[in-house]
Amino acid sequence: MIVLATGASGFLGRAVAAELVAAGHDVRTLQRRPSEVPGVTDVLGSITDPAHVARAMDGVEGVVHLAAKVSLAGDPSEFRAVNVEGTRTLLDAAERAWVTRFVQVSSPSVAHAGAALAGVGAEPATPEEARGDYARTKGEAELLALARDSAAMHVVAVRPHLVWGPGDAQLTERIIDRARRGRLPLLNDGTALIDSTYVDNAATGIVAALHRADVAHGNAYVITNGEPRPVADLMAGICLAAGVQPPRLSVPASLGRAAGSLVERVWAMPGVGARAGADEPPMTRFLAEQLSTAHWFDQRDTRRDLDWAPTVSLDEGLRRLAAHYA
Amino acid sequence: MTQAASLPPHDLPGLDPRFSRIVTVPGRGLDVGVTREWHCLDTADALAETGAHVAGTILAVHGNPTWSYLWRSIVSESVRAAVAGQPAWRVVAVDQLEMGFSERSDLHRPLAQRVLDLAAFTDALRLDGPVVTLGHDWGGVVSLGWAIDHLEQLAAVALLNTAVHHPEGVPIPAPLRLARARGVLSAATTRTTGFLNTTLTLATPPLPAEVKDAYRAPYRSADRRRGIGGFVVDIPVDEQHESFAELERISSGVARLEVPALLLWGPKDPVFGDRYLDDLVDRLPHADVHRFEGASHLVAEERPYAGTVLEWLSRVVVEEQPEAASRDHASDGRGLDSGGALSAPSGSTSTDDHVPLWRGLDARAGDDDVAVIDMAGGTGEPRRVSWRQLETQTRRIAAGLHAMGVGKGDRVSLLLQPGPTLTAVLYACLRIGAVVVVADAGLGVKGLTRAVRGSWPDVIIGERLGLTAARALGWPGLRISAERLPRVAATALGVACSLRDVAVLGEESALPVEPGPDDDAAILFTSGSTGPAKGVVYTHGQLSALRDVLAAHLDITPDSGLVTGFAPFALLGPALGTRSATPDMDVSSPRTLTASAVAAAVRASDAGVVFLSPAAILNVVATADGLTAADQAALMQVRAFLSAGAPIGASLLTAVAKLMPNASPHTPYGMTECLLVTDVTLDELLVAADAPDAGVCVGSPIGSNRVLISALDADGRATGAPSAEPGVLGEIVISAPHLKSHYDRLHLTDQAATRDTAALAADGSRWHRTGDVGHLDAQGRVWVEGRIQHVIVTADGPIAPVEAEQAVEAVDAVRRAAVVGIGPHRLRQAVAVVETVPAVARPALADPELTAAVRASTQQPLAAVLAVPQLPTDVRHNSKIDRSRLSEWAERTLAGETVGAP
Repeated sequence: MIVLATGASGFLGRAVAAELVAAGHDVRTLQRRPSEVPGVTDVLGSITDPAHVARAMDGVEGVVHLAAKVSLAGDPSEFRAVNVEGTRTLLDAAERAWVTRFVQVSSPSVAHAGAALAGVGAEPATPEEARGDYARTKGEAELLALARDSAAMHVVAVRPHLVWGPGDAQLTERIIDRARRGRLPLLNDGTALIDSTYVDNAATGIVAALHRADVAHGNAYVITNGEPRPVADLMAGICLAAGVQPPRLSVPASLGRAAGSLVERVWAMPGVGARAGADEPPMTRFLAEQLSTAHWFDQRDTRRDLDWAPTVSLDEGLRRLAAHYA
Repeated sequence: MTQAASLPPHDLPGLDPRFSRIVTVPGRGLDVGVTREWHCLDTADALAETGAHVAGTILAVHGNPTWSYLWRSIVSESVRAAVAGQPAWRVVAVDQLEMGFSERSDLHRPLAQRVLDLAAFTDALRLDGPVVTLGHDWGGVVSLGWAIDHLEQLAAVALLNTAVHHPEGVPIPAPLRLARARGVLSAATTRTTGFLNTTLTLATPPLPAEVKDAYRAPYRSADRRRGIGGFVVDIPVDEQHESFAELERISSGVARLEVPALLLWGPKDPVFGDRYLDDLVDRLPHADVHRFEGASHLVAEERPYAGTVLEWLSRVVVEEQPEAASRDHASDGRGLDSGGALSAPSGSTSTDDHVPLWRGLDARAGDDDVAVIDMAGGTGEPRRVSWRQLETQTRRIAAGLHAMGVGKGDRVSLLLQPGPTLTAVLYACLRIGAVVVVADAGLGVKGLTRAVRGSWPDVIIGERLGLTAARALGWPGLRISAERLPRVAATALGVACSLRDVAVLGEESALPVEPGPDDDAAILFTSGSTGPAKGVVYTHGQLSALRDVLAAHLDITPDSGLVTGFAPFALLGPALGTRSATPDMDVSSPRTLTASAVAAAVRASDAGVVFLSPAAILNVVATADGLTAADQAALMQVRAFLSAGAPIGASLLTAVAKLMPNASPHTPYGMTECLLVTDVTLDELLVAADAPDAGVCVGSPIGSNRVLISALDADGRATGAPSAEPGVLGEIVISAPHLKSHYDRLHLTDQAATRDTAALAADGSRWHRTGDVGHLDAQGRVWVEGRIQHVIVTADGPIAPVEAEQAVEAVDAVRRAAVVGIGPHRLRQAVAVVETVPAVARPALADPELTAAVRASTQQPLAAVLAVPQLPTDVRHNSKIDRSRLSEWAERTLAGETVGAP
């Protein structure tokens, strides 16, 4: 089928576009920069511009919507414009174009209010309780998308959790870079058990959602490797793969959270973020919670409804990461 | 002032107002010529709506100072059961007159009147068909009064904490004594709500405030509380009391009941304690009994009695036989004295081939060879007792106890160190049919007290230390001292006489008829390492079977000679007809046994077979350096060695084998409920080490024993039909001629232990669910993989922890490991918690190198590897890892909480 993937120049977007091509689809992409994925047709533009979107949507049967503003800090109005309004624009255009399948790529943080999660499923998004602008706006977008689910257009939401792999600038590179500079603290010894997703698994899971939309529509699914690990284990694995000394320094989680709140406020002051450079703030309250409380998930519904299972184990993923840095 | 009956408020928690009704009843006795109004709960209409065929009626009678609200859960659950297609029992729960929401007539109603009242009520209700009475507290007595007057209708009786007889010479329970004291009585019961409030506090956990309020609802004013005072006045404190005769009539009538009986008990009840349960068990020896450990007087509020009663009824009252009610009636007027036991239930084995334990003594009665050698004391010559002496002393004690009135079924608690005295007393008790209660000091004082009180012995025979404990801790039973005590000491300890007095009495007395193979013989206690210790009851036939399987398996003959460092087997020596020696050790601390003490015992008894407990073996191996050349020579003559009590590993067994080079070392698998299930020798263990199987190989079933596996389902429950299929993980289910008879006063535990084994038992065999999990291999060997409650139920199914633990323990830096589950049921993640070499200073994630090594050692995916300075273990054994606690700790740690040591 003709499939439109938005945000295909990002780390996960590229992997999904490539996976769609591999699955034999006629793949079109929509983002501001070239995707550099072989075999796809790039439409350059922004999802916030209805004209760009309408042009990209012409003749499309399935949509995989990945484009989003992903950040731990920044201007709240920008999050809303891209994540909420951009999704609305895309949904409107998809309905007009008689698109039959729509996969909304979301995040488990849309239903994560800060408490430890152990073995939970994909609870409904609660943007009013979500921490930070990213999670809040992504939650609103997911609710928006699922509300459009209909017999004419099947909508599925998928929430890959902590995607990592070779070439990931968001999480993987940042962990490695901070560890190299000795600026990667562990909260509470890093004992919190968390799920993560190797990028190839996230891509196959998202494509599976597109293929199984007839069964899975109307629902949200968490996608992970199904191999929860303590935060410290995961970070050590990534650091060792990159040849960097794993973090040793531990700070109490409560301190980390307080520091995160403070940093968030300072970072939001006019000019501070820009002066500090392109880097994200070192710690936000949201990140502190993500890294100090358990969040691992019940994958039984995901695997049954999407007829999907991860193909790359955590250990194999780390080997591939090591090969990338070798 | 009289008050008419009324309906309860509509908003009482747990009580559906649709069950309440008022019944007008033509009176009897005091009430002849007048009618009385009763409030009751009645499910008749609700059942009619379901269209279910009604099996019969449960007539429920509350006590003082409660009302029918007490029975609200069986009222609602019985209707739910009927809707679910289970047998439909109508429940009629009355408020007795002057109580609850029934009429206040202002008349004093003695017990006989209350029994008449209840009959008048059931007549007015035109209650026909089978009836099961259910009573609590004094309502139990009233319900039994109704029961013995309506034998033609009576299908069964069920009782919660109650009493039908007040033993002579025993003061009435202190709380009631206080309530009866002049001045206190009226103040406590009627003018104030004191008695009511006190009763409502007798529940653990405490009742919610709104439930307490519901109990108080009908007793808001003093004039509504007169019935409460009337009940207390009606307690027959002595023969002069107006209700004494009626209580006597009921209590002797109860002893003639042969319908199924169920006794559910809260042993913490300060009023109706175990003493009264014991009295009821004497009267209803066929009753199914369950003591809810930790529950108190309001057991109906504390434990799920309703489901228990309904489930029990579905088993014991067979609906297709409407004659069931009369089936068991003592309608022929057959009299049994109150202490007399009924003959054993059906299924008796033939007595023809039964050889009782004491036959071994009788056979060598005139023999002057040594029978028992006591090495205790360490200094000087061991004490040797000949067969002639042992038989004579046993016979005298038996006859003496019999002359004192100790008879068949009476329980005798033995608080004696192993040795000739214990042996003689044990065989004497067995010979007269008394049931021996053996609780070992390893249970600790608290556990021992619970065990002794729970089994409620009639007699305690002990040494001074044991008797002091009995006195101090208020253990029941006539006390007999092993040694002669000075009069002052004897009086202080409440000792009736010494064993010597008993033996002297016995010289002049005859022995009673021998008990049969189906009569109860002994109660042994489980270790209590998981929950309270349970009493395990053995019959004479089962003890004889244990002797026979041991003799056959180890080829024990009169010439064998035994050294017995494991208590239960120490007592089998005379039954096996061979001499036995107890090595010098502190029995409450097996780790005090040394290698030279074992050698000395072997030399003294010329023993070919040695039994030791695992804890003792550790120290024996550790003290091997102390052996002299003579010791070593003595140990050369041992031909068989058994680690009795728990399986031990090949390395420890190898170490013992070096001490006894000519002995074949065995490490059998068993439990208190069945002491010998399977056995494996060192050679077999070494062969099994190469097998790919998970767990600990414990060998093949001994003799005619059978071992099957009840497969675990995806939920981790052992629901599979027991099967011999190899390679299936499940609960180990066993059958043996020497398997226990049942648990003592733990009916629900019995049901659980024999669940779904009826089909297997069709051939007459008896089965037991061990609570252990494991599998069989193709050669029929049994592999134990842990306890069922430690199974980790993951999204991919259940896994037993032992295989992964063994693999992890093979990692160099790991000293000891436990694999536990964290997270929600059916989604659990396996986590390894390890002790390291050297030990870590504080609990934390294992470092990356160790984590990698541990993960690589096992096929089992591990979410995390945690290192701790020390794994938590149980107090008694210091070897069983407390996995439940560890799992809870690991879960909190991995949730990101800051936690201390497990």
